[in-house]
Amino acid sequence: MREQLEGSQAVARTVARCRPEVIAAYPISPQTHIVEALSRLVASGELAPCEFVNVESEFAAMSVAIGATATGARSYTATASQGLLYMAEAVYNASGLGLPIVMTIANRAIGAPINIWNDHSDSMSQRDSGWIQLYAESNQEAVDLHVQAFRLAEELELPVMVCMDGFVLTHAVEPVDLPPQEAIDAFLPPFAPRQFLDPADPVTIGAMVGPEAFMEVRYLMHAKQRLALARIPALAEEFAAAFGRDSGGLVRGYRADDAEIVIVALGSLLGSIEDLVDARREDGERIGALAIRCFRPAPLEQIRGALMGARRVVVVEKAFAAGAGGVVGQDVRLALQGTGVPVHDVIAGLGGRPVTAASLEPVVAQAAAGTLPDLMFLDLRHDVVERELARLPGAAA
Amino acid sequence: MHQIRFHGRGGQGVVTSAELLSTAAFLDGRHAQAFPMFGSERTGAPIQAFCRVGDAPIRAHEPIVRPDVLIVQDATLLHHVDLFTGLAADGLVLINSPRHAAGLGLADLAADVRTVPASAIATEHLGRSMPGTALLGALAAATSLVSRASLVSAVRMRFTGAVADGNVQAIDDGWTAIEAGAYA
Repeated sequence: MREQLEGSQAVARTVARCRPEVIAAYPISPQTHIVEALSRLVASGELAPCEFVNVESEFAAMSVAIGATATGARSYTATASQGLLYMAEAVYNASGLGLPIVMTIANRAIGAPINIWNDHSDSMSQRDSGWIQLYAESNQEAVDLHVQAFRLAEELELPVMVCMDGFVLTHAVEPVDLPPQEAIDAFLPPFAPRQFLDPADPVTIGAMVGPEAFMEVRYLMHAKQRLALARIPALAEEFAAAFGRDSGGLVRGYRADDAEIVIVALGSLLGSIEDLVDARREDGERIGALAIRCFRPAPLEQIRGALMGARRVVVVEKAFAAGAGGVVGQDVRLALQGTGVPVHDVIAGLGGRPVTAASLEPVVAQAAAGTLPDLMFLDLRHDVVERELARLPGAAA
Repeated sequence: MHQIRFHGRGGQGVVTSAELLSTAAFLDGRHAQAFPMFGSERTGAPIQAFCRVGDAPIRAHEPIVRPDVLIVQDATLLHHVDLFTGLAADGLVLINSPRHAAGLGLADLAADVRTVPASAIATEHLGRSMPGTALLGALAAATSLVSRASLVSAVRMRFTGAVADGNVQAIDDGWTAIEAGAYA
């Protein structure tokens, strides 16, 4: 049944229906509403059996989730921004140990300067951590991805981040069809790990591994990520059959099949981009969009398949690698190598600056005219940065 | 699609107003979305919230830059913040004020400007100046954007007891203020 819900409430209620047994969390905006709602569901007994551990830091939140999962308990946490950085050491441990934790990232910029608003710098900073990363375009998709994430994580023994734009989605009230409990129970069997910590049958999880085997462990992490490339679309298909909705999968094209210009993006930006695509299509322009729903593992073949017919590709992304350029753009270039299709990086929306269909319209016009630079920063205030650069001691050289 | 931008100050229930409108429109069977412009959510600071209402699914999650309707919960913002940026020429502006619209110095505005004594209504029914629901009642009277019945349902889903009752009375008084045309 569709309800008009805040994104955070919708995610919390769905996570509860996935029957986590341990939730460990430390509040940080814009993630806080999610774990607050879950703590109330645990306190009221509506979510049971489940232990809610109010930890002293994000590092502890992930550490508790690691310990709990190692004992065979389905575990969940959520964070954002500096919180994710603070837990980073444990984030790598979770994936290295093959523990299927599900974590919501309410995407937010990283300081300094301190900034609470949305961009993708936080989850992108953990790009190479070995976690699967899924990005939601809407609150409906955020909800649906969580259900798929627990199943995927437990099947492959890999942790999964479900990334949703902080404030833009977490605090947006919109219609959401919450998957019913019975349907989730049918889709998501109880967590039954192959091995877990049990005093009656002791094993060691997390022993030191020397040069003789470390590389194999790391390779297996990579191999499991590659297996996910087959499992993610299969689960999305199964989800669609059970719930009647197209959610998840690796990539999703929008009017991209015959498009000369394709805009690639992740997350909630896609809504405005699709509106722009429809408007430009009415004027006869062959333009389309490609949503990357799964960023890790990198669906290079699917990206290549979707984009190799394009004349020009524009990647609009809310994070970047200082001194290099786009992060997603690097993957898209890798996917398209040898095709000759030009790829442009448009860095947009950092620290919450709104990205609108109107602000992207000139970018598309420049792409069509062949005048779009390889790398641009959307709506950058050039007067401000040029004045500051001119003051640098080295600027005169 | 209709785009409604709410202006007010932190603590006046601006975000709640936008959410109530989206819930009421949803109950009317329409597609609706509400979200805040976050950042300066300190008590007293100028803030904005947004609501879109339409007959098709709403995909965009960008702030509203071309509103059809402005709801101004605090008239002290009128000449301090550029509230009217992007407002449609045939748009509607509902202002929380005990004064007639003609006396607000907005004669240059092409839009239909109306006032509602929403703070007085809220103070009477809720004991404090939370002008949101009176303005939503006025919106229901002035447009076909949302039904009064669904506004009442949205309030009762959100609040209980005396707070719910007071807000329902505020909706009715806001509606009446527009119907009577006293402040147009």
